[in-house]
Amino acid sequence: MTALPAHWLDKDRRELRLKESAASDRIYELLTTACALVVPALVVSIAVAIFAAAWPAFAKLGLSIVTSSNWDVAGGHFGAAPAVFGTLVSSAVALVIATPLAIGVAIFLSEFSPVWLRQPVGFLVDLLAAIPSVVYGLWGIFVLIPLLREHVMPFLRDTLHLGATPFFSGPAYGPSMLAAGVILAIMALPYISAVSREVLMAVPRSQREAALALGATRWEMIRDAVIPYARSGIIGGIMLGLGRALGETMAVTMLIGNRPEISASLLAPGYTMASLIANEFSEATNDLHLSALMAVGAVLFIITLIVNAVARWLVWSVARSRAQ
Amino acid sequence: MIKTVRSIAVAISAAALLSGGVVSAQSVDLTGAGATFPYPIYSKWFADYAKSTGVKINYQSIGSGGGIRQLSEQTVDFGASDGPMSDQELAGAKGGPVLHFPTVMGAVVITYNIPGLNRPLNLSGDVISDIFAGKITKWNDARIVAQNRGVALPNSDVLVTHRTDGSGTTYIFSDYLSAVSPSWSSSLGKGKEIKWPVGIGGKGNEGVAGQVKQTPGSIGYVELAYAKQNNLPYANVRNAAGRYVSPSIASVTAAAGSMKLPKNTDYRVSIANAPGKESYPISSMTWILVYQNQPDRVKGTKLVNFLRWAYKDGEKTAATLDYAPLPASMLAQLQSRLKTIRIAGTRVGDAR
Repeated sequence: MTALPAHWLDKDRRELRLKESAASDRIYELLTTACALVVPALVVSIAVAIFAAAWPAFAKLGLSIVTSSNWDVAGGHFGAAPAVFGTLVSSAVALVIATPLAIGVAIFLSEFSPVWLRQPVGFLVDLLAAIPSVVYGLWGIFVLIPLLREHVMPFLRDTLHLGATPFFSGPAYGPSMLAAGVILAIMALPYISAVSREVLMAVPRSQREAALALGATRWEMIRDAVIPYARSGIIGGIMLGLGRALGETMAVTMLIGNRPEISASLLAPGYTMASLIANEFSEATNDLHLSALMAVGAVLFIITLIVNAVARWLVWSVARSRAQ
Repeated sequence: MIKTVRSIAVAISAAALLSGGVVSAQSVDLTGAGATFPYPIYSKWFADYAKSTGVKINYQSIGSGGGIRQLSEQTVDFGASDGPMSDQELAGAKGGPVLHFPTVMGAVVITYNIPGLNRPLNLSGDVISDIFAGKITKWNDARIVAQNRGVALPNSDVLVTHRTDGSGTTYIFSDYLSAVSPSWSSSLGKGKEIKWPVGIGGKGNEGVAGQVKQTPGSIGYVELAYAKQNNLPYANVRNAAGRYVSPSIASVTAAAGSMKLPKNTDYRVSIANAPGKESYPISSMTWILVYQNQPDRVKGTKLVNFLRWAYKDGEKTAATLDYAPLPASMLAQLQSRLKTIRIAGTRVGDAR
């Protein structure tokens, strides 16, 4: 940069640098492309392996795997309808409990919390995601189930008279769809909350100021200016939580009671697909049994795929409606 | 510079490719896989055996089903199972005839939670099977009361808890129920998974025990060793001779001792509801599975030597971990049965 830069030298150097950068760019491009290709290749190979292993069961049993309720290994009947039902219901219960709670936490942290409280509370919520699921299961057995059986379930059924509806009727043993739903809610909560918090924080200051300038109260500002702006991100967080709930195995197996029956009552024990596979895979010796378990895995795979597709669509349509 | 980047990239990709196939240094002599129930005693045996002979055995407790599968595919040197292989499974084994070698015995106990009860319940096979089939639903049912004179039984519901994971424990229990109850045998049968008509499923012994401990009025079944180590209450069960016997190491060994096995037995035998006054009826052996033809001379010799050691020295330590040792008479028969194994085409018996 000083006095006498020979033109030819400078030019040559620039060319050299360009060339060099082009070559390294090329390498990085190749490397990252390879990384990006690994992921779809992995998904495809997992899907192929599962469906190939599941094929004998589908060929022999057809759709009865998802429509029949008779799971009898000794008799050669493999109907996993109760497990499909249990997976969907326990996840739904989890979302019903976790979503308002998680969004409430996120709104508090992004809008109301004093700065000194934001960090520790946020950290603790995130910590929930780091607890191993077997620990959740143990906590569920020793704390949650006795609490549900002795206080919550009798309260719901008798004090609130919800026992008159089919959804809270019958005896309260403890291990139940409700217990599984509550534990899944706690496990899904940090995912929903963390994503919601980030998107709420990312809402531009001008959005808030504009709402306040128009005379909105704080609550109106959040409801009308902040949340609509963050909606697609929050839905994405909910779907992430749902994905977590659908696939969770260990904690649910320890709490749901593992009874392959479809019951309307949340107090009754149930079963999930992930628990069914985890419970029976290690001792499955006959080929049809193994294949039927793989078929259950394939169904779970498809359900997860559908959930993700629906999530994508929701996020996309919300984003689009806002743009219009 | 480009060259270095490129060579680094090549090195990285080569390392990535290779790492899948690299196996840690060859320090293990034998590998086995199978049942989780005998895992504690097997790992003690393998440790003791390695200490005295230097032979290292790697055992993966992946479950009986997995053990049978891996043996059939010849990916392990021996398998282990809580239930004997079926004829169909034997026919599917790729390495030829498979021999069953019983190692130790276990029992399944009936555990329950009845507040205020201060002595063990007495239960007979037909009552147990009707409880687990959902036909007896109250603790003060006349048939339970008749077997427990002088015990105040509550007028509460019986809540059945069973294993939900495929398990040798369930196999032993349902094998017993099939032996004592014709209606159980015809409707529910025996297996590692049962289509339970009533009750709640727990995962593992700890799942069942946890549920029973916490819920008054519940009943379940767990392994004897687990019940002893966790101080669970358990019932005396009426045996074939009509006596109520408490499960213990002695009463389980007695059950095996009372069985009259034919001379050419393949040891795929059930000792459920065994005769004999002292026998605890819900007992079973657990097996190590080996191919009769061992093509690899080194491995075959090591395997036979280990089994020989297990029967001679290993059995003595079984009781320390709450497993019942095999009766002495059976041990002698098994030692001579080891001689029918062929190592690289030669019978072990002929070589000596």
